[in-house]
Amino acid sequence: MAHAHRTSMGLDSRKMAFWAFIGSECLLFGSLISTYLVYKGRSLVGPYPHEILNIPFTSFSTFDLLMSSLAMVLALAAVQRGDMKQGKLWLLVTALLGLVFLGGQFWEFSHFVREGLGLTTNLFGSTFYVLTGTHGAHVTVGVIWLLTLWVQALRGKLGPGQAMTVEITGLYWHFVDVVWIVIFTVVYLIQ
Amino acid sequence: MSEQAHATTGTYLRVAAILVMVTLIEVGVFYVPAFHTVLVPVLLVLSAFKFALVVMFYMHLKFDSRFFAFLFGGPLLLALAVVVSLLFIFYGALRLRTGV
Repeated sequence: MAHAHRTSMGLDSRKMAFWAFIGSECLLFGSLISTYLVYKGRSLVGPYPHEILNIPFTSFSTFDLLMSSLAMVLALAAVQRGDMKQGKLWLLVTALLGLVFLGGQFWEFSHFVREGLGLTTNLFGSTFYVLTGTHGAHVTVGVIWLLTLWVQALRGKLGPGQAMTVEITGLYWHFVDVVWIVIFTVVYLIQ
Repeated sequence: MSEQAHATTGTYLRVAAILVMVTLIEVGVFYVPAFHTVLVPVLLVLSAFKFALVVMFYMHLKFDSRFFAFLFGGPLLLALAVVVSLLFIFYGALRLRTGV
């Protein structure tokens, strides 16, 4: 790393701060998931979850996000060993898989709106859109971050010396993935 | 407490294969009526397993400093406590009102 910022414990200060940030994000998503569960099954009008949720489609989105996590660790491994050709490739693959997920979410939301489920239609609509929309916003930030790194790599400004930057980006991306693992189970599979 | 070397590419690929297989099992369990009585606990266990795999191997918590595990695990446990407490409060209150 070009400019190492070590704490008195010998740990990278940026990485430590980022783990603390991820901890705070656990509380954010914990509160949103709690809200969804508390209001689950209390909608007075439809559409209800079992009428509208598309499990095969969402399973594909889950597969897509899991594969993006694999691409992210492969990007980090490539950057750490100085193989920037592979590093650029896997960073781009990760960002593209993130874009595919976002496209799927856009299609899903559009479909739900056409089916009559808006943000204020019922409790399911409100809690569903806020929870999955917040997650989608996190994915969007992740995709922009990944593309920024990819452009930096193309311009030759990303190398093994900046591996910690890629690792921190990866921490964010994998966190977005684990949040989706929980959402897929709690919202889609446990109806 | 120091940061250590990460897993190998082979480990990453094996973890990805396990994650895909567990996801297929989750979807399979959802569609098989025989599993519907145990659907919730089975899905929660499988989801927790996937969560742990990603955090340990892809986020490198298995190989990194335990302090990072503390920074992540502490708020995670607090978030879980919030979820469980709110469910008890709301469903407990509902049961008191309805008498069910």
